[in-house]
This record gives sequence, C-alpha cells and structure tokens, in this order.
Amino acid sequence: MVNLLSSPAETAPVVDTTRDQIVADIRATLGASVVDSLVKPGDDVWIRVTTESWNSSMQKLQAMGFDYFCFLSAIDWLPSPFGRGEDDPTEPAPERDSTIRPGYTGGETRMQMLVRLVNSRTHVGVNVKADVPNDGYTIDSISNVFAGANWHEREAHEMFGIGFVGHPDLRNMYLPADFEGFPMRKDFPLLARMVKPWPGIVDVEPLPGGDAEPEEVS
Amino acid sequence: MTILNDPVNAKLGDRAQLSYIASQAADARLNVELETEGMTLNIGPQHPATHGTLRIIARLDGEQVLWAEPSCGYMHRGYEKLTEVRSFPQVTSLINRIDWLGSFANEVPFILAAEKLMGVEAPPRAQWIRTILFELSRIANVSLFLGDLGVQLGAITPVFIAFRDREYVLNLIESATGGRFHPNFDRIGGLKDDLPAGWVDETKVVMKKLRNFCDEIEALLFGNEIFQSRTRGIGVIPRDVAMQYGLSGANLRASGVDWDLRRDQDSPMAWNKVDFKVWTHPDGDSFARCWVRLQETREATKIVDQLLDGIPAGPVMAKVPKIIKVPEGEAWVSTENPLGEMGYYVVSRGDSGPFRVKIRSASFNNISITPWLLRGVYVPDIITILASLYFILGDIDR
Repeated sequence: MVNLLSSPAETAPVVDTTRDQIVADIRATLGASVVDSLVKPGDDVWIRVTTESWNSSMQKLQAMGFDYFCFLSAIDWLPSPFGRGEDDPTEPAPERDSTIRPGYTGGETRMQMLVRLVNSRTHVGVNVKADVPNDGYTIDSISNVFAGANWHEREAHEMFGIGFVGHPDLRNMYLPADFEGFPMRKDFPLLARMVKPWPGIVDVEPLPGGDAEPEEVS
Repeated sequence: MTILNDPVNAKLGDRAQLSYIASQAADARLNVELETEGMTLNIGPQHPATHGTLRIIARLDGEQVLWAEPSCGYMHRGYEKLTEVRSFPQVTSLINRIDWLGSFANEVPFILAAEKLMGVEAPPRAQWIRTILFELSRIANVSLFLGDLGVQLGAITPVFIAFRDREYVLNLIESATGGRFHPNFDRIGGLKDDLPAGWVDETKVVMKKLRNFCDEIEALLFGNEIFQSRTRGIGVIPRDVAMQYGLSGANLRASGVDWDLRRDQDSPMAWNKVDFKVWTHPDGDSFARCWVRLQETREATKIVDQLLDGIPAGPVMAKVPKIIKVPEGEAWVSTENPLGEMGYYVVSRGDSGPFRVKIRSASFNNISITPWLLRGVYVPDIITILASLYFILGDIDR
C-alpha cells in the first residue's frame, strides 16, 4: 500500500545516469543556448533554450538523435482571471492573484513553447521549452526542421496567438477565419461559464441531518 | 517530374520505386497526348471514407492530385480549454470522447499522469484489469477498422463480420464497466469496481472468436487480388518522413520502425508481465499498414489471454483522499493506444483541477502527413490511403 505522506521523490531512484548523461550531452552540444535543465530521476528531462536559438537548437537536437517529433504546443502561465469558472455572474468578480509563475526550468515570459522530441534509438524523450517574448509573441518556426511541426504551429498560432517566423502558411485549422481572440489564452473567458452560473455551485444537496435549506435551482 | 527527383522517393523500396516510375512514365506519355484542365474536388465533409466529418480539398489534373489538404475543425470541442475548469476526476468523462472507438484507452494515460504527480500507485489487480480493458478497447477499435477497410474498397461482407464480432467485445466492456462506448471506469488510484463474476471465462471464449475473426478477415480481404493491387505500393511513407511527422502506432511500424510503447517504456501497467511480439513491415505502403493492424489485433487477443490467467488478488483501489488535490508539477505520460501514441502533458498548480493539459492525440500527427502523401496520387487511391492511415475525427480535432 502506498503511503500518501511520503513524497514521490523518496520512493523514486535518486540518480538516473541515463538522463543525467543526456543532459550533459545536450549541454555540450548546444552550449550557451541551454538556459536551464531539470532531470526527474526515472521520469523525464526538461531543458529550456534561449528564444534566439530555438530553431538552431532543434536542428542540433535532431542531429543528436532526437529525431522523433512528438508534439509542439504552448503554455500560458498567466493565472486565469476567471478562476475555475465557478463564479456567480451576478456577483462582482473576486480579486485574484495575477502573478505569472513559470513551471519547471523557469522562464521570464508569459507564453512558453513546449516541444517533445524522442530519441528513436533509445526511446528516451526530452521536453524542450523556450520563452516567447511578451511584445508581439513571436518565435521562429521549426517546420523546416520537423515537417510535422507545421500543423502544430498552426494550432498554436490559432489558439495562443503566437506568430511563427518562417512558417509557410498560418491559416486557422479549427476556427473560422474571422474569429477574434485566442481561445487557449487564460484571459479568454469560457463563455458557457460566463453566461450562466455553474450548476455545481447552485444545486447543492443538503447534508444529511444538516439544517441547511436546499437552494433553488433556476 | 519534380516528385521523381525528390530525394525522399529515392529511398523507397525497389518494387515501390519501379511501380512508381512506371506510373510516372505513363503519365508523361498521357500528358503529351492529352491536355487536361485543372479542377478542384471537394471530398466530404460527409463521406464514408472519412470516419466522421473531415473535408479534403484536392486540386486535380485529370485523375492525378496536384495537391490535397484536409480541412479539420468540424469536430473541435475544445477539450484542452474545458479541462482547465474541471477537477481531475471529472476530466476522464471528457477525454473518453477523443477516440470514441477505444474510449477506455484514452482515460489511462491521463490517470497515469495524475497518479505520477500525486505519487500514488494503483494496486496490481487494478493495473492488470486496466491492461485487459485497454487491450479489449484496442480489439474493438481495430476490428471495426478491418471491416470498414473492405467497404472503402468496395467489399461489403467484411463489415458485417466486423460489426458482429465487435459486439462481443463491446458486451464484455459493458458488463465490466457499465458503458459500451464511454466506460469512464478508470479512477486515480485504481478502478471504479472489480470484475463481475464469470467475466474471465466469458472473455476467453470471446478472444477465441476474435482470433477466428482475424483469420476470416485475412482470408477474405488480405488474400484478395483486388485488395492487394489497390494497396500494395500505394501511399508509401519512408521511415525518416514518418519520424519527422511524428507518426505513431501501426503507421510507424508499417514503415519498418520497431517501436512499441507497450514494450519500450517503463509503465506501471501490466504489459511487461506478458510475452508478445511487436509486428513491423518493411514496405511502408497501405497494405503494410493494414497488415500490421491485423497482426496487432491477433496479438492483443493473446495478450488478453495471458493476462486473464494471472490476475492477482487484492483490492482494485488504493487509498486516496476523497477530495483529490494534485501537487504542483508537470508530467508527461503516453501509451500505445489503438490509433498510436496518445499522451497528456499535465501541468498542475496544487489545485483540484489541472492548470493546463496538452492532449497529444495520434490521429492529429498521423493525418498531418496527408498533404505530403497525397501529392501525385490518383483519385481512387486517396480513399485507400486515408483508410489505411486510419484516423478518427474526434482524435484529430479533440
């Protein structure tokens, strides 16, 4: 039986020579392009490269043997101003913390790119991140390195509003061409949750034996 | 002929290359004799070959495709955004509907990612039953592909056999989970329930039926001359192109890549407890993709048989808190789903719901190769190639 009080780091192996070696190799090949790296033993590898070296880092990683393109996406680190979408629309919006806090391997910007590449020989993958500058949200396209990134970049462009310099064709994939806004950004409201209160907060069953009266369901 | 000078095509197998050159030479003769006018052909959104609503815009020169581009988005439901306003246990009911033919397999990688972040491990019995249900959803999914394949090439019989035999598997899934298509059975820390009485014996009988089904399909379809001539050498994907586009599953293995996530990565699931073969094919054409899927279905029935013999005793649920809060962190988990590699990149902020979930679905990558692959093929081959790539629209658009 697993003890929930012990943290996962205690049960996992502390040293992971394979992944430590991978990070050492990547640092040797990419040099100053690597800003930060993280190894979780027995789990995964994260590295962050500079925005300028995004494209060239991908080329070098591909040449190193990370030739399988798994996916490309972006993360918006801004905490959602709408919380979990459970606010009552008739009440004034509550105050929320809007400090941008990046995840693993840090970061200075609101948007970050995230690419996963896998070594097809050893089957070990790396998660590569890069900051996307706050003014204009543009970064180099990597579709000339991995042809499969073409569609993923189109998706990221449409959902996060990130511009990809050198991408052949950034048409929308899912949304109509005249759609305004970028749905996956945290400050884009989920409209279904804005127009009507979330039933979870209205339709509360009374506790057995409690004296709370059931609230009316509109 | 720019396509001939393409360095990628130079790497094709001998037979594929020869047939390709012959067809190109025939075209060159035809072009001298006949002047054709370009036209645009819309395939879909409603077309039996598209497994849903995918529209393909093809620019034709006579019978040949100059370029083709799928137009997605008819099934986009915005699951990545919706997960941000759901709690972790609620997410499974959404992601169930990504690949609706193998629903249970969609739930597993997400639950594994949440368990990884929480440091929880499901008890062995739960892992075994998970693996069995996972393989059953693979069989249900791919058996429909094998039947549907015949319809798209003009053979009506296989689809009836496939629907008949898939029903046995769906009945099993229903009796164990309560849902034919959307089980929503996987929980953080284990499973909702144990198996019903008599389920193991019943499953063994069904697995025997499914092996017969595979034999039947192999005899009916794969030995058929028309089927062979319409799929062999058609839609060839070389290995390095497959890697660049991130193809996965049978599509990748049909290009000669020996890579199966069930065997090649550490997973708490029970795949490493059984003995199975990973099928590959060197040709990379439509026939190879269909053939690999047929072998995989048969292999899956053997995996289920082996697992049924050794289900360990014990609980099916670990001790987890009533209200699940997932510690801060990021995790990536992917599994070898019926359609290929399906993975979730989960970012948690210590809340009861995820901060961001990136859904990496197999079909999105698999179908992104079509603009490259459909260039230069003939119109009837579009259908064969799309059928053999095997995608599900919910899995493309999410």
